[in-house]
Order: sequence, then C-alpha cells, then structure tokens
Amino acid sequence: MLSIRAGLNHGLATALALGAAGVLLRATPAEAALGAPSASIANDGATLSASIKATPHDAYTVHELTLPSGTLVREYSTAGKVFALAWNGPAKPNLSQLLGNYFADFVATAKATPGGRNHLNLSRSDLVIQAGGHMRAFFGRAFLVGSIPSGVSSDELR
Amino acid sequence: MKTKCMLLLAALVLGLASCGGKSTLSSGGGGGGGGSGNPIASAAANVATAVVNAGPSGDVNTLFTSVTVCAPGSTTNCQTIDNIEIDTGSSGLRILASALTANLPIQVDSSGDSLAECTQFVSSYSWGPIALADVTIASETAASLPVQVIGDSSFVSVPAACAGTGSEEDTVAAFGANGVLGVATEAQDCGSDCAESSAYGFYYACPSASNCVPVALGTASQLQNPVTFFATDNNGIIIELPSVAATGAESVTGALVFGIDTETNNASSGTATVLPVQTGTGYLTVSLNNTFYDQSFLDTGSNGYYFTDNSLTQCTDAEGSGFYCPASTTSFSAIVCGYQDNSNSGNCTGAPQESISFSIANADTLFSADAADTAFPTLGGTYPTASSVDLGLPFFYGRNVYEAFENKSTSKGSGPYYAF
Repeated sequence: MLSIRAGLNHGLATALALGAAGVLLRATPAEAALGAPSASIANDGATLSASIKATPHDAYTVHELTLPSGTLVREYSTAGKVFALAWNGPAKPNLSQLLGNYFADFVATAKATPGGRNHLNLSRSDLVIQAGGHMRAFFGRAFLVGSIPSGVSSDELR
Repeated sequence: MKTKCMLLLAALVLGLASCGGKSTLSSGGGGGGGGSGNPIASAAANVATAVVNAGPSGDVNTLFTSVTVCAPGSTTNCQTIDNIEIDTGSSGLRILASALTANLPIQVDSSGDSLAECTQFVSSYSWGPIALADVTIASETAASLPVQVIGDSSFVSVPAACAGTGSEEDTVAAFGANGVLGVATEAQDCGSDCAESSAYGFYYACPSASNCVPVALGTASQLQNPVTFFATDNNGIIIELPSVAATGAESVTGALVFGIDTETNNASSGTATVLPVQTGTGYLTVSLNNTFYDQSFLDTGSNGYYFTDNSLTQCTDAEGSGFYCPASTTSFSAIVCGYQDNSNSGNCTGAPQESISFSIANADTLFSADAADTAFPTLGGTYPTASSVDLGLPFFYGRNVYEAFENKSTSKGSGPYYAF
C-alpha cells in the first residue's frame, strides 16, 4: 500500500508542478492582494464587502478589513505593494482573492498534505503561507519573504 | 483482528497484555497523565469501537469508527460505513458520495430548492448537498439528522466563493476517510451566525444543481453533532485510547463512549479536573516553554502535537515535512488551563488546570522503523501561528478524555468543557 505520511507540506516541487499545470490561471494580479500594488486593497475591500481601516506604522501600513462574517483580514503594505496578509475569524476569507497567483501554492501545499486538512505550512525562500485552527476558528497568514521591509520581523505579521 | 483486540481490551484492565504482534496496546510507559492502563469501556449500547489504522489513504494518527445510515424511518434502505474519521474539531456527519450506497433524501428549503454546504476546513473545503438520515452509532440513533454528502455527482458545480477557500477534498483519496464524524463541543458547525447571515459562506440553496447561491439557514437545518441528537447519552463523549509504545504501533483499538454520568460506564471519575473551553471556538490555554498559548485546543482530527519551538529541528525530507526531527527525543512539560472570561484570560491565574507531559521524537526515524505503523504517540510538528498549541491525537493515547457539549450538563458542571 502506498504509505502517505506527509506532515505540513511537500514543498517546492509539487507546488511548481501544479502551478505549471495552471490550477488557477483565472486569478489575475490586478485583483489580487499579495504582491499587488497597495491600491489593490480597495479592490479587495469591495470584492469581499469589507470595511477597511488603515493604520500607519514606521515601516508599513496595516489595512484591516472587517468582513461581513466578522473575520478580520490584515494586509501589510509598503509604498510599493502588499507584502503580507493575515486572517482570523469564524469563516475563511476568499483566499483566491487575497492570495492571487499564490493561491495555487496554497492549494498545492494542501493537496500534498494528506491527513493534514487542519494545518498548512508552506515555507519557501520566497514565500511563506501558514494556516491553522478548526471549524468556527480559522487563522492564517502569508508573506513574501524578500519584500518584508528591513528591520521588520515576520513575527509582527499576524 | 478487530474482534480479538476488543476481547483483549477487557483483559487489559486486569493487567493482561496485548493483541499480538506490533498491533498492540501497551500499558504503562510513555508520557504523563494518570499512570498506566487507563480503563477502556467494553462493548455496550453507548460504546462504539474507535480504531487507529491506515484507513483508505495510509495516513497516520487518524481515529476511525463506523456508522449506520438509513433513510429516515426506513429499516431497509440502510448502510453501515466504516473508516469514518472521529473529529473533535468539527461538528456534523459528512460522508463521501462514493462510499454511500443508501439512498438518502436531499434536504430542501421552503422554496423546494436543495440545500448544499461548502464545508470549511483549515486548508480545504468539501462541497455537497445536505441529506437527511437516521444515523446509528453503537446502539444510539440520531433520527432525521442533517448529513452532508460530499462530492455528490449531481452537484459538481462548486461555487467560485467556495472553491476560493482552499483545496478541494471531495473524494475518499483526498479526504483520507469515507467520511467524518464531527463531535466538537458545539452543536452545529456554524450555529446562530449562519442562521442570521449568508456571509459565512457555509450554506447554499440550489434552484438547480449547477446554480447554488449563499443563504442563511436555521440552526435546525444545519449540520449537527450527531451525539446531541441521540435520545439518551447526548451530553458529551469520552474518547478512551490505550497508551501506545513510543516507537509506534500498526493499529490501536479503543472506545468512543457516549454520554457523561448517564450510565455506569461513563461516570466522570473523582480526579478529572473540568477545563472549560471558550464557547464557539473551543479554545483553552496551554502553558508551554514559559509561554501562554491562549488559542489552544484538543483535536482528534490533528495527527500530531503541533506547536512552535524554534529549538526543535524540523524534518527536511518530503515524508517528514512539517514534522519535527530532533536529534534525540525531547520531553516537554505543559499545563492545560481552562478558558476564563475575565482579566486573567490568556494566563492561567486562578484557572482550573492539569499538568501534562509529552515527548517529541524524530519523525523520520518513527516512519522508517516500520512501514506498517500508523499510530505514533511522539509525533509532532511546527504550528503555523504563535498563539496555539494543537493537542492532536497523540495527546489522547493513554487517556480517557471527557468532552462535554455546549449547553449540556453533567454532574461536574455544564459544557463546553474537557476533562482528562
């Protein structure tokens, strides 16, 4: 019998394979949050019917989106683009919208984690996506490693 | 083999040994808790067999039972289905369509439109209609229970908002089970939130099988923890699993007991400390490595101890990816504290609490020692966030874990709580 015992992720190879297969080609960068220009956050807010509250910090701005479900989404942006986002609440947000082209990486990692639908942990040199919780209490985050402003710890991005 | 193990379970209480081979119950040894040989209920009307084995996908540390479903009121349109995962992290019975041969009626709304659900798991979703069934587990029956049929071929058009929440798990191979028996502390999978708003994205009405739109849905029509629908023994469960040798076992046989303090075989013993959990989320606090993790939880649906410890080496190969691979087995002591809705929320001051200990071994070593092993009490991995410890199935080995449901009373108080 095939023995599948993967933990949280199978890493790059599978992600690339599925990405190349075009899992989500319809997700367009213009609408996506992660990696997109900061102006895309307003688009996310409209698409997700969310209110947005922006709070400037020294090295970045946090845009907190409150979804109708009560789930909170935080998008972290510099002048250039959204480099991180996090979610927390009773229902998952539309991750295809928020992760954009990186949603394919999320899906590929999930598929490579049999028996692990309750965790997701993608850790690459360029991209980290993590998710946890359980029904009624979901949380997660994603960030572009190379785009985090200098002096900022990834621990802040939650 | 299952029967043989069942018989020996009774013997275990008397200090006798195992089921033979590596497929054994090992009494004693191992991490903390209440010493060796926790008693495991023998067969009774309120006792279902719970097993850890390879299941349909060869996953590890996954707890299964079997259920019998019948069309409501029927005694002939019935089917017993095995390899149903027992999950304390979700509510409701969900069955993969490919494993279902009984013909169950699809639930409809007041307009006659079929109801369907987009079930959200952390990294995936499962899509399918909501049927009604009489569900029997052991000798207890939940009459006319809403159940989800995942991956029904008549409902193949997954709404985009549902598909956007993660990876699709609509086949037995992807799901790793023929279904899931969700026995979380909460009665429904969504509750009053979804009764008032369609914004949660759980429930849909389908004027046609290819056109489903989000709807608010009353709690009575939502997916329900089946145990809460039983006529008796419906206030909670006890999960009773024997301890497992540190190197692992091919299979483990224990019990899923229905009810707390309702029968002679489910009394909450004198020593168990009630640990309340937060209503809705099931959260309690775990103190570990001098840190308070206030969004922690117990979850049979997680296959390891999951927590963040940067001093533990992570595995680097594909099979062990996400798990810890320390050079030598590492022991931990922790305190599990009940949830408090006060200024001490998030620390353990004044909270009812229990000390636990556990060990994390090298996952690669565990997996390579015996390819047939599926139960590993020392399996752990890194957790995605810094606020949670996920006490997964290994925590349940060697313990009798009491779980009282929300709004239900036991002699030790009202749920939601855990005690062990």
